[in-house]
Amino acid sequence: MNVLVCVKRVPGTGSTILLTDDGMDVDTRHLGFTIGPHEECAVEEAIRIAADHGGQVTVLTVGPAEAAEQLRDALSMGADHAVLVDTGPGELDPEATADALVQAVRQLQDEAGARFDLVLFGNESADAGHYQVGVRVACELGLPMVGGVKGVELDTDAGTVRWRRPVAAGVEVYESSLPAAAGVAEGLNLPRYPSMRGRLRAMKAVITTLHVDVAPSGLRKTGLRRPAEERPATVVLGSGADSAGAVVDVLEELGVA
Amino acid sequence: MSSLPQRADVVVIGAGIVGNSIVHHLADRGWRNIVLLDKGPLPDPGGSTGHASNFIFPVDHSKEITALTLDSMRQYEKFGTLTTCGGIEIARTEDRVQELRRRMSSATSWGIPSELISPQQVGELMPFLDTRLVRAGFWTPSAAVVDPLQTGVLMRQHAHELGALTVSASTEVLGIDTTPGRPRPVVARVRTDRGDIETDHVVVACGVWSPRIARMAGARIPLTPAVHQMIDVGPIPELAATGQEIAYPIVRDMDPLMYERQSGADLEIGSYAHRPILHDPDDIPSIEASALSPTQLPFTQEDFDPQMATALELFAPILDREDVGVRHAINGLLSITPDAGPLLGETPEVQGLWSAAAVWIKEGPGVGRMIAEWMTHGSSEIDLHGADITRFYPHQRTRSHVLARANEGFNKTYGIVHPREQWASSRPQRRSPFYEREQELGAQFFEAGGWERPQWYESNRPLLEEMAENAPAPEMLTDRPYEWDRRWWSPITNAEHLAMRQRVAMIDLSAFAQFEVVGPGALDYLETMAVARIDRPTGRMIYTPVLAPNGGFRSDLTIVRLGDDEFRIITGGADGARDLAWFTAHLPGDASVTLTDITSATCTVGLWGPRARDVLAAVTEEDVSNDAFAFGTVRPITVDTIPVLAARISYVGDLGWELHAPAELGRRLWDVIEEAGRPHGIVPAGIGVYGTTGRLEKGYRLMGAELEVEYDPVEAGLALPKVKDHDFIGREAYVRARGHEPAATLCTLTVDDHRDATGVRRYPQGGEPVLTTSGERIVDRKGRGSYVTSAGAGPSVGAYLLMAYLPPEHAVEGTALTVGYMGERLPVTVARAGRTPLFDPDDTRMKG
Repeated sequence: MNVLVCVKRVPGTGSTILLTDDGMDVDTRHLGFTIGPHEECAVEEAIRIAADHGGQVTVLTVGPAEAAEQLRDALSMGADHAVLVDTGPGELDPEATADALVQAVRQLQDEAGARFDLVLFGNESADAGHYQVGVRVACELGLPMVGGVKGVELDTDAGTVRWRRPVAAGVEVYESSLPAAAGVAEGLNLPRYPSMRGRLRAMKAVITTLHVDVAPSGLRKTGLRRPAEERPATVVLGSGADSAGAVVDVLEELGVA
Repeated sequence: MSSLPQRADVVVIGAGIVGNSIVHHLADRGWRNIVLLDKGPLPDPGGSTGHASNFIFPVDHSKEITALTLDSMRQYEKFGTLTTCGGIEIARTEDRVQELRRRMSSATSWGIPSELISPQQVGELMPFLDTRLVRAGFWTPSAAVVDPLQTGVLMRQHAHELGALTVSASTEVLGIDTTPGRPRPVVARVRTDRGDIETDHVVVACGVWSPRIARMAGARIPLTPAVHQMIDVGPIPELAATGQEIAYPIVRDMDPLMYERQSGADLEIGSYAHRPILHDPDDIPSIEASALSPTQLPFTQEDFDPQMATALELFAPILDREDVGVRHAINGLLSITPDAGPLLGETPEVQGLWSAAAVWIKEGPGVGRMIAEWMTHGSSEIDLHGADITRFYPHQRTRSHVLARANEGFNKTYGIVHPREQWASSRPQRRSPFYEREQELGAQFFEAGGWERPQWYESNRPLLEEMAENAPAPEMLTDRPYEWDRRWWSPITNAEHLAMRQRVAMIDLSAFAQFEVVGPGALDYLETMAVARIDRPTGRMIYTPVLAPNGGFRSDLTIVRLGDDEFRIITGGADGARDLAWFTAHLPGDASVTLTDITSATCTVGLWGPRARDVLAAVTEEDVSNDAFAFGTVRPITVDTIPVLAARISYVGDLGWELHAPAELGRRLWDVIEEAGRPHGIVPAGIGVYGTTGRLEKGYRLMGAELEVEYDPVEAGLALPKVKDHDFIGREAYVRARGHEPAATLCTLTVDDHRDATGVRRYPQGGEPVLTTSGERIVDRKGRGSYVTSAGAGPSVGAYLLMAYLPPEHAVEGTALTVGYMGERLPVTVARAGRTPLFDPDDTRMKG
């Protein structure tokens, strides 16, 4: 059971996100980089699947050369192979990202003879959140695709996979034949911390680098803006018995009285 | 949230362990209306206190740091926030085994029970490490972990209960206003985003942000934030099973510059081995923009990878498991200073602006207590000369210097640092006019107060053979067998010494700090500052202790009377910046006294030896005979074309003068003296002679070694025959000290036999414990242990000399004692109790 996991290098932000002076990007001077929580679950799930059913885990990313750091993080968790598609420092839109991923998967399949039974994505990236890269890739590769997945059951004998995803009314269950793709969501599992031995392994691991031609696409970012800050205001309603009226007003406003 | 008062007696900025301790101790000393501010929330405002590893190893080679640490441990214990777990420093190399032996010496000197243990014993105390990698361990049972955040809460609570404290968290300081003052600006107001507070005292206890806050008032706190990497690895069932935060000793893996400690179910691993990663205080992210906290920056894995392999190797039995993960990893920020010491005390630039920065968790509470004492009484119980912020000259407070030294010093944090070790970066800075000549002579330069000073001259190497013939101890002219003992040292110093005693030597003393004190109030002012009477005839040179209010030593220096209202202070280069700050801070507020630092305008050649008079007479028309130019007097003379202030005084015990000249004529002065001295066999001599060999033979005391706040002039043998009528700082304590037998007396000891167990000669370097013949510690009735304050050769007396304070029962000439050094005990004898020198006890050479 070979699993491919697609991950994206994103900034690990604090509660306030600072923007660059031109308003086009997140100011990452003080920030570390990571993969989103959905993708962490995807990596964890892939490692568990490979451990339970045999096979190997490959992590793939499209992004700057520095994204090798995130690949090594996944390797230190237990992934077997890492593939970097270096598209330089600029951010790609979802269409171009999907195109680059598809080209990379085809190269891995056609030239390296790789075969992936499952292709996992995070449900959406932690920074841009376009919700579409996974779908685009699955569509192009002709794979069935389910999003928002929080449960995976494999039937290797039957060659099928069952996906579970919570919805407002309950849980939806889908079944598809393999190979298949899914966008998984945080809560699928509890990702492990990398072991020290795993980290040392990852440090020495060789990362495969692929080259793809990225075609310009139609989506343009015009800018980022921070929403107006909502400052929680503290109002002193009074002290002692005199404040009772004001307290009652607030309680009524909140609908609890 | 309390509203801010409009006026406070003191505003403490920073609610980390240091700020909390300061408000606690100020409140205890009667301060009221104290305001404590922090821009972060409580109890963890986001500084280094919130993420530190919180363990304490009490033993340090520095007496001052050890004293602060022990005081802090007592405070943590009192608050119930200290857990004793013991600690082991392990050696993987033979060099480190030697260093651990040296640490044993320091432990004994400062009275901390410690033990050198075998790898097997290490394994018994900490069963999860691979003892095959260990050569030896240094076991300190009292090592502990503490909770500085909870301690801070309790300290604030205490100040609250005394009705002394207003705390305002989430309050950002926007500015610190000063008013013009004489001689320097005075703190007036702290401006914050919640209102302004009028105050006369501000304490900057802002850790890595301190430079930024001090700059608002126009002062410099010379530190840089630097990264210290830490990771948390777990869960480890064996550790979880203890059910305790820490049940096993902390391990310092000294050679790879790392530590490992239990933290609940995890093992925390920290490192000082990675590249120095320095930050700018202005560039630390805000609380909101930080993923964890402003001082817990994103982990840079690649910097830590080699250390991870090292830790994994040592703790393989519990770490080399797939289900034990790295759960937390940070680049924590801490403060690094140019010499790794803390930055304490009133800033030299702004009156009322205090620094309490660059302090570790292990020193925080003690620093708070000392700062509170200092602010209240003008001096602290623990001598803080190594931590005093005024120790740095202006060029040493610059950002480029701080960065250079921090880059160089970071990896020395767990390093083996020789007591004489010199810095390599940011040099040369201050050069005397003689510098090029000294370079030509192969000077080995040591740095003092930023000055390049020749320690010895390679050009004098032939003297080793030449002087051997009449040397009282010819072996002093050969190299020492142990590399450690001869590191940063040369026998040439001893040869220069003997040449000076036989002939004459010239010594570059341009590093002297010199201050001109002028004005109608000058005499009165200097009388207030000095123990000795200053109202002496013009032309007299007055050596005097300068005391702190508690009667301990603040400085010792000479004051020259040049006229009715005109004086010059001449003091050591290493302490010149501290002395300048001390004298400046005590200037009268009116215009009656002007103090000018003329250090950079002057240079000094010391000319000493039996031929000194012949040399000087050859280049001056003035009468320099003993009758015309008596010992202890000062006169302007002309040397060749050069106007020189000649001072007949000596720190090396021989006939001669200090020749002070305008800096731009210095080179000419050097050449003239050198040429005139040639027929008399003049040699250039280094500070090795001036500061060590010549000084020790004459029993002269050195500020920062023998002289410090914890010892008084009576104990140092420097009490004067009479107490002058004029009031002076420390007078009351001084008079009190004269009223009873001293608890200890400064003695000169000789090493009777240098040979260790293998028959190889060893040479103590200073700091070692002085013990009885049976190896017992010697402690005086004030609880102070005896240790070697200075060590060095006495080439003319043929003995290796040590100085130490000894209690009365041991301060008896002829008493046999021992000195602990590198795991051995060397026999020593008390040769002098008190200030009478071993060499030329009647001073006939100097005064003749």
